Amino acid sequence: MNIAKPNSYRSGPDDRGHFGNFGGRFVAETLMPLILDLDKAYTEAKADPAFQAEMNGYLKNYVGRPSPLYFAERLTEHLGGAKIYLKREELNHTGSHKVNNVLGQIMLARRMGKKRIIAETGAGQHGVATATLCARFGLECVVYMGAVDVERQQPNVIRMEMLGAKVMPVQSGTRTLKDAMNEALRDWVTNVHNTFYCIGTVAGPHPYPTLVRDFQSIIGNETKAQMQEIEGRLPDSLVACIGGGSNAMGLFHPFLDDPSVEIFGVEAAGHGLTQLHAASIAGGRPGVLHGNRTYLLMDADGQIQDAHSISAGLDYPGIGPEHSWLHEVGRVNYLSATDDEALAAFQLLSKLEGIIPALEPAHAIAKVMELAPKRPRDHLMVVNLSGRGDKDVPQVGDILRGKK
Amino acid sequence: MTTRIDTRFAELAKQGRSAFVTFLMAGDPDPATSLEIIKALPKSGADVIEIGMPFTDPMADGPSIQAAGLRALKAGMTLKKTLELVRGFRKDDNATPIVLMGYYNPIYIYGVDKFLVDAKSAGVDGLIIVDLPPEEDNELCLPAMKAGLNFIRLATPTTDDKRLPAVLANTSGFVYYVSITGITGAAAADTTAVSEAVARIKRHTKLPVCVGFGIRTPETARAIASHANGAVVGTALVDALKNSLDAEGRATGKTVNAVAELTAALAQGVKGAQQAAE
Repeated sequence: MNIAKPNSYRSGPDDRGHFGNFGGRFVAETLMPLILDLDKAYTEAKADPAFQAEMNGYLKNYVGRPSPLYFAERLTEHLGGAKIYLKREELNHTGSHKVNNVLGQIMLARRMGKKRIIAETGAGQHGVATATLCARFGLECVVYMGAVDVERQQPNVIRMEMLGAKVMPVQSGTRTLKDAMNEALRDWVTNVHNTFYCIGTVAGPHPYPTLVRDFQSIIGNETKAQMQEIEGRLPDSLVACIGGGSNAMGLFHPFLDDPSVEIFGVEAAGHGLTQLHAASIAGGRPGVLHGNRTYLLMDADGQIQDAHSISAGLDYPGIGPEHSWLHEVGRVNYLSATDDEALAAFQLLSKLEGIIPALEPAHAIAKVMELAPKRPRDHLMVVNLSGRGDKDVPQVGDILRGKK
Repeated sequence: MTTRIDTRFAELAKQGRSAFVTFLMAGDPDPATSLEIIKALPKSGADVIEIGMPFTDPMADGPSIQAAGLRALKAGMTLKKTLELVRGFRKDDNATPIVLMGYYNPIYIYGVDKFLVDAKSAGVDGLIIVDLPPEEDNELCLPAMKAGLNFIRLATPTTDDKRLPAVLANTSGFVYYVSITGITGAAAADTTAVSEAVARIKRHTKLPVCVGFGIRTPETARAIASHANGAVVGTALVDALKNSLDAEGRATGKTVNAVAELTAALAQGVKGAQQAAE
């Protein structure tokens, strides 16, 4: 395919929410006025210094930012190539990058006078972050979670409930993240007047992919400044895992126009790309779901297929539309890691660095294990450690003891 | 250009009555039974037939219609087979309008241009695509109009006067007013609110306005039909179909009749409104 290279990779989307051929606003008419309201409210908030100042206050003192950029010395020695830095998003309050976006959206909801917050969640990290900020600001919180995920991410279900959120197990479809998103949309269409839908990733109808990206871009902006301070230059490569792709987009976006920086997104290859997996770019094609056009896993009739990943947070048959565009224009390289590779990386990082990663960023670490040894020792590689692995300890423990 | 939809509403206007619009899912519970059911609808009093195109992720539908779509998919239904179903229906009936209703992805994957040619030749008259608001008219709405198919838009309680002109701009055939904020099969519609909303839409358009979502009984159908040009019933018919199935979800000897009988009862309700309106 012949696709013209843009002058900048950071100017999108257009005013109708398109990144090239991707994105858009494919929603029911009932929701359309709400999405236009949100777009307007976000545009106003972005231009309001008070909004940014208030958010910065909470980012510093409540979330605990900036998150460290940590030189993973033993992992670097072990792999014997690139110098590996971990962007420590798992040290944020609530244990993942999700809180960056939720804080922004909750502050928007408050500006818009919405008192009831709904969210979908896969691994439960977005649900926990949403429940946390709803508790902090005294808002009603309802979290939709696939029944399969409720089962495999029990620690996060308990956390959400302790924080006062109502967790609704979703029994429809494949009972995972995509069905949770369907159910959240059904709730929103029903409770339009008082409800704000806090989407957890860079997907959904415009303006969600943009506003989530903007709130997550603090990851890349901090990384740029921190690397400048530590090494006096830009990193040479970035690596991040991708389900919907918000941690990746947050890290990547500030670097898209720095041509010397190689960028790698890692999708979940599940049991392998020829079997059940969740790698939309590697194994899917463009289609329309959940409000946007993007790469999706589907059959010949356009029916959405089941995704599979060991990681509930990556278990989604789509990907954010901006990633689809970055893939087509060739700016980002999309790779994939299997369940087994992620499990090996999970154990390696735990043992070498004393950091138990979530299964999601373990996929990114798995590709670092392949990429780093092939790079010279002065190559600076940043991997986004997007979440901590506490939630996965029971599941991984069972697998390692041969119970599952 | 005049479609079967335009012709049908013109006839009904002459008779001074409202349309009874039915919705069922293509291929539910299997392709053969589905064709029999669709064929039975006009005889039972359906004036316009909406046929759902099954989709795995129907974001605006409640549990009944979600389950109907999954039954159809399990029975091997595809968009191609949905068009064959329409073709089968048209062998015996060249007057009753057929509207396909569903979500965009299966059409996008089929190929928009090819779909429009095939749908037109199969005997489809109009399309209702839930996830294509006016903001995405270039995708399917404008090509469908060019191909001679009506693109029927949903207007909702959140579509205010400021937005209505945009929603109505490229709408043809009729306007489908969604009587509640919510999913199919949810709360019952409030007749007073519906009547006000229909009047509001009619200030902006000469097109017929049909009302759907929340109509389950002949009584509600009558009440709604006396304030609109048509009443749409979906979930109640899908539920009647489902209740006639065996434990494995397969059609029984009762299935076609179960749908036909409820259709007849609802049609009586709508015809009752004719007298009320006169």
